Amino acid sequence: MTTRLQKEARKESLMINMGPSHPAMHGTIRIMLELDGEKVRNSEVEVGYLHRGFEKTCENKTYFNLLPYTDRLNYVSPLINNVGYVMTLEKLMDVTVPERAQYIRVIMSELSRISDHLTALAAMTMECGAFTVFLYYIKAREEIWKVIEKTTGARMTTSYIRIGGVRCDLHPDFKKDVDRAMKVTRDVLKDVKGLLDKNKIWIDRTRDVAVVSPDMAVNYGFTGPCLRASGVKYDVRKARPYLIYDKLDWVVPLGENGDNFDRYMVRMKEMEQSLRMVEQCIEQIPEAVPEAKGEINPHEAIKAARTQKPDEEIRLSPNLKGSEKEKYPTILSDKYGVKVPPKEDTYTTMEGLIQHFKFFMKGHGIRPPKGEVYFSVEGGSGELGYYIVSDGSDRPYRLHLRGPCFHIVSALEEMIKGHYIADVIPTFGSTNMIGGELDR
Amino acid sequence: MEHRQRIEEQLKKQFDEKIRSVTTDLGDIVIQVQKESVAEVLGFLKHKPQDYSMLLDLTCVDNKGKKPRFEMVYHIFSLSKNHRLRIKCRVPEQDLKVESLCSLWKNANWLEREVYDMFGIQFSGHPDLRRLFMYHGFEGYPLRKDYPLRKRQPKIRLRK
Amino acid sequence: MGKIRPIQKYSYYQKTAHGGFIATKLNYAIGWGRKFSIFHYPFITACCGMEYMSAACAHWDFDRFGVGMTTFSPRQSDLLFVVGTISHKEAPVLKTVYDQMVEPNWVIACGACAVSGGIYDNYAVVQGIDRIIPVDVYIPGCPPRPETILNALLKLQDKIQKQKQDLRWNIVKE
Repeated sequence: MTTRLQKEARKESLMINMGPSHPAMHGTIRIMLELDGEKVRNSEVEVGYLHRGFEKTCENKTYFNLLPYTDRLNYVSPLINNVGYVMTLEKLMDVTVPERAQYIRVIMSELSRISDHLTALAAMTMECGAFTVFLYYIKAREEIWKVIEKTTGARMTTSYIRIGGVRCDLHPDFKKDVDRAMKVTRDVLKDVKGLLDKNKIWIDRTRDVAVVSPDMAVNYGFTGPCLRASGVKYDVRKARPYLIYDKLDWVVPLGENGDNFDRYMVRMKEMEQSLRMVEQCIEQIPEAVPEAKGEINPHEAIKAARTQKPDEEIRLSPNLKGSEKEKYPTILSDKYGVKVPPKEDTYTTMEGLIQHFKFFMKGHGIRPPKGEVYFSVEGGSGELGYYIVSDGSDRPYRLHLRGPCFHIVSALEEMIKGHYIADVIPTFGSTNMIGGELDR
Repeated sequence: MEHRQRIEEQLKKQFDEKIRSVTTDLGDIVIQVQKESVAEVLGFLKHKPQDYSMLLDLTCVDNKGKKPRFEMVYHIFSLSKNHRLRIKCRVPEQDLKVESLCSLWKNANWLEREVYDMFGIQFSGHPDLRRLFMYHGFEGYPLRKDYPLRKRQPKIRLRK
Repeated sequence: MGKIRPIQKYSYYQKTAHGGFIATKLNYAIGWGRKFSIFHYPFITACCGMEYMSAACAHWDFDRFGVGMTTFSPRQSDLLFVVGTISHKEAPVLKTVYDQMVEPNWVIACGACAVSGGIYDNYAVVQGIDRIIPVDVYIPGCPPRPETILNALLKLQDKIQKQKQDLRWNIVKE
């Protein structure tokens, strides 16, 4: 099958093929290039090597069960994907989320955003040859992932954000851990700035390469750091504040030229803003219910319930390590039927058992009203929107994701046109292509 | 609410019967348009003074069993007004042709290729309408409701 | 506690080395050499690649086990690291890469998707890369932790050490 490029190409041009398995094509994408000497005369981008049928699979899963699939969309910032999906459903079902849970969501989103930008820049710099910087970035990312792991139980694919709130509360050492991670990240950012900002090689390779004008960026549907690097001030967190972003004090960093260097600088500045936001959130976050006292033996708790002592409070936890029930009001919505009931209730009361059963039974579970909804949050590389059509059953009739990097990568052909072949690599790195989100 | 009325008035004045309805759904203004005039309406909304300059998203819904089977859904966004619109048009199964938006927005190119790939909608005026995610030789349209979830079409022979 | 004794092991080796020769099996010696000089080709497609990055970087650093050399030419690599989901569109690419590798070669399937298709049981995804190419070590997890990846590398080294070595390079055609 002849492609568009083969039809258009001149006879004497050299055609080369980058990808799908290429050291610089992290993720899988194929760029076919028509070269004129060392310059790119024309190109064609082919995607779809990581098409995993996300949308079709989601139509066959219940609303609760498809949460893990959203983790694997933009796999560098899974928590933002969770937040986006969950908030779309909350908009459809009209669920209000407790304030503490909102703060936790913001903290987690911002930590995810930092890890996303760190990874994006790490890949970009490594491909330009700055391996030291890559190692530094990954060091900071490890520190952030440690915090995420300790809170959510997983390093990457967390499924931590639940409909109506979050899965569990922050652990007691959270503040200490975050402070440490933020300190390491700040140090790393300072070091990297020293290494790159005035580095001749870095500037030569990125300045005035792949310039995107504001008009072109808007026409291509750019969002996120790539749009802001072109000087257009649009951030979903400022434009349509969700959660508690309007209570925080931060600025939207903007670029001037829209070249690769600006995309790098905007990401660096955004990380600093994210760190500021996390700091403010930790100061402002409402108090949690204090830890449940004493060890609880699940066996004894169930026995006590059977012997019917109505005055005694029975506490039992989902993870059997400490009660979560008392914390539920601060981290989960009290709306009936959107959350898994506390395990104490499931094991000890009739209503709890029925609720649990109905939540997980086929054909029951979360059933939003008929309708359709679009909601977007600011993801790692731009506006991450979910479009859900519900027909009143327990699974979505149609679920569509607006992946931010889909639009950015579709502009790649125009961005690399006329540049040297070596410029393809930092340009591609600066788009922050994530296969899971692009190909779905 | 007044915003909706203003848009409704403008559109009714310009296009009259081509606008089927203007409603509000969960805070979003939804405009139902006739299939033939989708590109026209979107072109009108894109340019000033309406200034909905960004095509956020373009997708399709398969309502199998209902009479116009497919429904195209466009989300457009205005940076200056900070406002979003949802435009919809119904596409019957017998006539799967919709006008392409490639001349208005450049990202419509890939978005329409995706919809063609997944639903089989034909876009007239598209410069390069090929499959985007699936490969050449793939038969059927996977996101249609009548395509089975696990129907695989391997490109190479698989081992047992 | 008693006094610290000198470590016997080292002195034993020193003695034998002093003698000027060591006796071993050819199979064992070649295996020992091969297992600590694995050149690997990372075939990264999806999420597990992030954990692969962590495992390759300074925190976990699988260079410690002699697997640090990353080559992006399949012709110069011994180990194919398949990290992430393989879709039907990607399958011919993987097959081509594998066919270009020189023997002896090994394959690691990293992550649930590469092992069995994982949570993606649908029209687009190959249900395990062993439907396309033979696999030596499977790593479970979605995604696997870096420790699991290190463990798999140690397992592979054991396997290389114990297997019957391919000695075809030794045969001279006359």
